[in-house]
Amino acid sequence: MLTFRCPVCGVDAEETELSPGGEAHLKRYGPGSSDEDFSGYLFQRENPRGVHFERWRHAYGCGKWFHAARCTQTLEVFGTYPAQTTEPPQEILDTITKKRPGWTWRELGAK
Amino acid sequence: MTSRRIAGKGRFIDSSSKVAFTFDGRRLTGHPGDTLASAVLGAGQVIMGRSFKYHRPRGPVAAGPEEPNALVELGQGNRFEPNQRATTTALFDGLYATSQNRWPSLEYDIGGINAKLARLLPAGFYYKTFMYPREFWKDIYEPFIRKAAGLGKAPTEKDPDTYEHVHYHTDITILGGGVAGLQAALTAASGGARVLLLEQSPHWGGRVMADGGEIDGKPAADWVAATITALEEMDNVTMRLNCMGAGVYDHGYLLGYERLRDDTPSLPGPRHRLWRIRSTRVITATGAIERPLSFAGNDIPGVMLASAVRDYLELYGVAVGRKVVVVTNNDDGYRTAIALKAAYVDVPCVIDARPLGGGPLMREAEAMGIPVERGRAIGKVKGGQYVEGVAICSHDGSGGVFEREIECDAVAMSGGWSPVVHLWSHCGGKLTWDAEQALFRPDAKRPPTGADGEGFVLPAGAADGELLLGDVLGNAHDAGREAAKAVGKTAKVRRRPVAVSVAQAPILPVWMMPARAGYELRSKAWLDYQNDVKVSDVALAAQEGYQSVEHTKRYTTLGMATDQGKLSNINGLAVLSDALGQEIPVTGTTTFRPPYTPISMGAIAGEARGKVFQPVRRTPMHDWHDTHGADWEPVGQWRRPYAYVRRGETVHDAVTREVKNVRQGVGILDASTLGKILVKGPDAGKFLDMMYTNMMSTLAPGKCRYGLMCSENGFLMDDGVVARIDEDTWLCHTTTGGADHIHAHMEEWLQTEWWDWKVWTANLTEQYAQIAVVGPRARTVLEALGGMRLHPQALPFMSWTDGQLAGFDVRVFRISFSGELSFEIAVKAGHGPALWEKILEAGAECGIQPYGTEALHVLRAEKGYIMIGDETDGTVIPQDLGLNWAISKKKDDFIGKRAQERVHMADPDRWKLVGLLAYDDAVLRDGAYAVAEGRNANGQRNVQGRVTSTYYSPTLGRGIAMGLVHDGPNRMGEVLDFPGTDGKLYRAQIVDPVFYDKSGGRLHG
Repeated sequence: MLTFRCPVCGVDAEETELSPGGEAHLKRYGPGSSDEDFSGYLFQRENPRGVHFERWRHAYGCGKWFHAARCTQTLEVFGTYPAQTTEPPQEILDTITKKRPGWTWRELGAK
Repeated sequence: MTSRRIAGKGRFIDSSSKVAFTFDGRRLTGHPGDTLASAVLGAGQVIMGRSFKYHRPRGPVAAGPEEPNALVELGQGNRFEPNQRATTTALFDGLYATSQNRWPSLEYDIGGINAKLARLLPAGFYYKTFMYPREFWKDIYEPFIRKAAGLGKAPTEKDPDTYEHVHYHTDITILGGGVAGLQAALTAASGGARVLLLEQSPHWGGRVMADGGEIDGKPAADWVAATITALEEMDNVTMRLNCMGAGVYDHGYLLGYERLRDDTPSLPGPRHRLWRIRSTRVITATGAIERPLSFAGNDIPGVMLASAVRDYLELYGVAVGRKVVVVTNNDDGYRTAIALKAAYVDVPCVIDARPLGGGPLMREAEAMGIPVERGRAIGKVKGGQYVEGVAICSHDGSGGVFEREIECDAVAMSGGWSPVVHLWSHCGGKLTWDAEQALFRPDAKRPPTGADGEGFVLPAGAADGELLLGDVLGNAHDAGREAAKAVGKTAKVRRRPVAVSVAQAPILPVWMMPARAGYELRSKAWLDYQNDVKVSDVALAAQEGYQSVEHTKRYTTLGMATDQGKLSNINGLAVLSDALGQEIPVTGTTTFRPPYTPISMGAIAGEARGKVFQPVRRTPMHDWHDTHGADWEPVGQWRRPYAYVRRGETVHDAVTREVKNVRQGVGILDASTLGKILVKGPDAGKFLDMMYTNMMSTLAPGKCRYGLMCSENGFLMDDGVVARIDEDTWLCHTTTGGADHIHAHMEEWLQTEWWDWKVWTANLTEQYAQIAVVGPRARTVLEALGGMRLHPQALPFMSWTDGQLAGFDVRVFRISFSGELSFEIAVKAGHGPALWEKILEAGAECGIQPYGTEALHVLRAEKGYIMIGDETDGTVIPQDLGLNWAISKKKDDFIGKRAQERVHMADPDRWKLVGLLAYDDAVLRDGAYAVAEGRNANGQRNVQGRVTSTYYSPTLGRGIAMGLVHDGPNRMGEVLDFPGTDGKLYRAQIVDPVFYDKSGGRLHG
């Protein structure tokens, strides 16, 4: 029973108000893409023990989609941000680096 | 049986009045304030149940929620409830209880034969015995296991009581109302934090109510009373008795389980209330549970926890025996000896496993004249249905030689205390082994963490491993201060209360008694009473290679009963550790899962039952249907008429009549449930071209187009007619079940992928009533209403127009899902019923009749139209259904396009849509498979197709079906075999799926 602050309407939303939407920041591959790219987009997902970026929808609230950065192990929430972006805001990346030095997720995090 | 009440004792009962109740058919009396267990004990009866596996006679071993033995069936008829703990059941006048898991009676139980076979029923017995032969499972093993499984019987009648949920948000929740919980609340609330304090029992104060002590210079019970008063006067404190903290979950969510009417069933109001709490901080002041000692015969009725013996004496005025032997490995056991002696109960001796005995409490007992046997153990308890005596031996031995026997009728055992760490652990709080006190306590460095990454649970008092009164209070005070600080308040109470703690000598961990007991004794020493798991079973599991405590638990069933191992867990894992030759913390504990003790199904359901389980959606014409013979069918949350059944008709007759009436005259259908989503904006056309497989941007205003919607996986998910309203507005019709999720699907893409496109959507499904008038005489009926022109030139097939009918503003779509001339009329929802009646009136001359969803299905199937959910199941692409014509080849992209190019999707070997005509005019069974040559790896026939829709067609006077068949469209005329589950073989020929009016002449009429 997680809680997230919806960045659109500002409500601290209960999990019962929310629908999960899986991994965030997927790049859509359409017609003309290779089989590898397309199956990567459609089927391959991160399954981290730690920092993760997810999509949620405030389904029984304002109805808007948003993104959440959280730790799958401790359930700590590093922040939520609107869905209209292709990458997490720097501020949230900084927060994670402070709390989880050396973290990585896809191409993000420690190099 | 004679009364065991002790005059002048019993803090919780009112001995001046009596309460009558029934136990196993016998009329007994107790006192107000009794539990069922204390009342039955008080009446002189110790046996209250039988164990699960061996059916051994059992009496209560505890006095609280940890009780494993005294489970009873409560109530009768519709208030019957099994597996209720007698120790937490408050007595009331008329209470009706029956013992369980015995036949024919508690004293003479046939199943007790299992105990004689104990050597043949070791750990893992079921696994070992019931594996082979495989075919024995269905007829022999499974019925036997099902019969033996479970304790009480399941209720069969509908529960007449009501239940409710309450949502609660607070700063700090304190679970447990003993002195630790009270002190934590007092401190935490003093700075203004909002505090919720829950106590599972009907009394505040916890153990001090039986054990006494002195706090701030006054008797502990007086301190409790004063603290309650102080807390009650604070506006920021909410307190609940009979309310258990059931579970602690993510991000400070917890459940409280409040029992309101269990002992007052005749009063109105909910029986149980489930508190759904969000709390910034949680303090677990859940106390500790005393551990049994594992000696032979420790399950004979009359062997109880020493603390329970004190509780029955001090709180309920019941002496559990006349001669009570106390056996202990720590100083606390002496409290029981002292309390009994002070109440003039004979205590023949205290058996202390420690070679040097204990501290001041031991000396106090000795001063009262109680002999102490130092370094001794109980070798075995003598007796069967009750305790007759104990044989003692040296603790540091194998118990091969008993030194002497001591006559007694009860044994009070104390194996030390285990903090109740369940609620700390539910959400990930870790434990640490305290070797000095021989207990697991919360590891403050590894608490459960909340959304902010901070620990949100603070243990307090005995739940934190503090066992002395002064330490309990100090620790709880600190927890209260810390919690207040965490929620931004400063506690004003700064002083720790002063309590006098009696010094205690160190505990001697005892996991088996005597320490090197041989097999004969180990196989009589119970760890888990309810599931009959003994020391020998755990040792055997270890010997057979079980190392993980979780595996051992499942193999032996240790801790898997309704008490979830509250008494057995620590002893069991200590025995396992010993058998494996490793330290206890290496073995670790099993997982603590909510709820702490079982909560009622009613409380979980709350108000969500019967009519309010799920909202029913009604169309504007719902009431009309209801009064005109509607045979209702649930469609999602909607109710739709399946058929309108007339007097003397069967449902099948009605469907047949309705279909014929549409084909030959005119019918009327309530189509209001179809989804209606308005899509608007400068980029709406571009957006719909992505949503649908067809081209929607080129649709001319005033025109309609049938569209298909796929998932990004390529699978067909919805269909419907799209109407273009004006330059930047489209109205998308969806299936009845699709309205909400298709709207959500559109919003998902708009919000998360093409957020820069200027498109807005609105789900207008409930804003309009939609009425379909269908059949060759449909136009005649509508023209009789007066208003707009509807002739073919004014409104050709697949177009729409606004206008008036019978004085109502309407939008008429000329679309068809039946193959007949058909108009769908949308009108404001509030005007729906009036227009519906007007159409019926105007159509009376033409013989208009309403038709339901089944006729709708038959009509569409006769025309070969697909239905989402029948012809599709989430694995079907439009190409499988011969719908290639509705897939644009001009578009670069649409949702699902790339997926449909994948090798498997483009494979010519897929199952495709065909019509099926069964021989002998039979109606094929829905879902029936067409078999192919050969068998698969499981010995089943290979298959080559299946039936997706099948009906009796009144129009053709025979059965018709649609199905997906391997390479079907290229196999016209071939005959397929469909073996029926009735043992018969059905055969059908592959035909074109359009059974009726292939040219479409009627549609365009």
